[in-house]
Amino acid sequence: MGTTDLLISQADRRPMYLQIIEQVRRRIAVGDWPSGYELPSIRALAAGLQVSVITVKRAYLELERDGVIVTRQGRGSCVADSAGLSAGLRHAELDQHLGSAAAVGRSLGLTAEELVARLRDLVAGKDEEQR
Amino acid sequence: MSEPVILLDGVEKTYPYFRLTNIALQLDAGQILGFVGPNGAGKSTTLRILMAMVQQDRGTVRVLGRSLPREQAAAKQDIGFVSEDMRLHGSESLAWHMRLVADLCPGWDAAYATALVGRFNLHPEQQVRALSHGERIKAALLLALARRPRLLILDEPTTGLDPVARHEVLAELMDVVQDERRAVLFSSHNTHDVEQISDQIAFIDRGRIVDTGDKETFLDRWRRLRLDVPPGVTLPAAAGVIDTSTSGRQAIVTTRAYAPGFEAGYAAAGVGIHAVERLTLEEIFVATVMHNRRERAA
Repeated sequence: MGTTDLLISQADRRPMYLQIIEQVRRRIAVGDWPSGYELPSIRALAAGLQVSVITVKRAYLELERDGVIVTRQGRGSCVADSAGLSAGLRHAELDQHLGSAAAVGRSLGLTAEELVARLRDLVAGKDEEQR
Repeated sequence: MSEPVILLDGVEKTYPYFRLTNIALQLDAGQILGFVGPNGAGKSTTLRILMAMVQQDRGTVRVLGRSLPREQAAAKQDIGFVSEDMRLHGSESLAWHMRLVADLCPGWDAAYATALVGRFNLHPEQQVRALSHGERIKAALLLALARRPRLLILDEPTTGLDPVARHEVLAELMDVVQDERRAVLFSSHNTHDVEQISDQIAFIDRGRIVDTGDKETFLDRWRRLRLDVPPGVTLPAAAGVIDTSTSGRQAIVTTRAYAPGFEAGYAAAGVGIHAVERLTLEEIFVATVMHNRRERAA
């Protein structure tokens, strides 16, 4: 078959539909699949990955619900316009940065309030003005 | 076209030492149904009823829009059936069998058959009796697949196959349902294969269907919770709990009615939640069968 751009890991304990979602998101995030890119049909991807049609269907439904892909009746699915999409991806990116910031804060012994206060200062632009 | 490919309702069959009770099953076009049960649960008998090789005592059996056993000839034209005890002629070759089926079946796809010979790594001129167990299974599957029937009924198609052959067979089954009009019913006690490729799942034990549904819902509603029950706290009752085992402060609870927020009841009662784990289909199957046997014994 070999047409598949994704790979399901049998050793991964996460459900298969989540693995599919994550990999589609990654292909999009790195720019392999630009907006408007036509995804494989549900049945073709299921055959390629050797997973149930219902599993791929579920992954596509959730991707559609999150605005990552758009499905048109009878015409398959494609990557959504970059507007909605990149916003979603950038939110995820922001969460990741905040997560690392929180980890550094903890290692410095800052309380949540202190950390939030510093972020609030940054947002207000105080940090820049002061320098 | 909206009629299911397979529809069983209220099907019963009684033998001296075994009984199929109230069997209901449905398979829609474009889907794969994995039929899971222990040895002797009634899988093969159910499949034989679908082929009218066994006649039900009562109940409705409809296959490809035909009523069985009455319209079996018409139905069978579009069914490919493979079971382990279906014998090929030992003194003849696979090529001989391929010619025979090609003559009998108008849908025979010679090019696909040749491709399958390669994929399944078979030698068509070899006598059937010289084939290994796995090669015989693959030969029988090839003869069924190359007819391109609308419905494939396969009794334990991957049992006894090596990992590479299993992979090839599963790939061909997935290929079948690229065509939304076709469907596959396969029985297995290999829950891993079923979990991988089935859209629908039915569990059978001791002649009864003990659970059935679509695979995603199945896997979603089962969870195992590892809990910490501090002294003086009682574990509250929760939905769908079919097994609870406690040891010291630790409690392990298995539920088949999990939904978001399920843990909240425990947290409110002062029970600590260590982990919420999904179950494999195998774990779900064993838990379902054991639970049902306990219920019936009670």
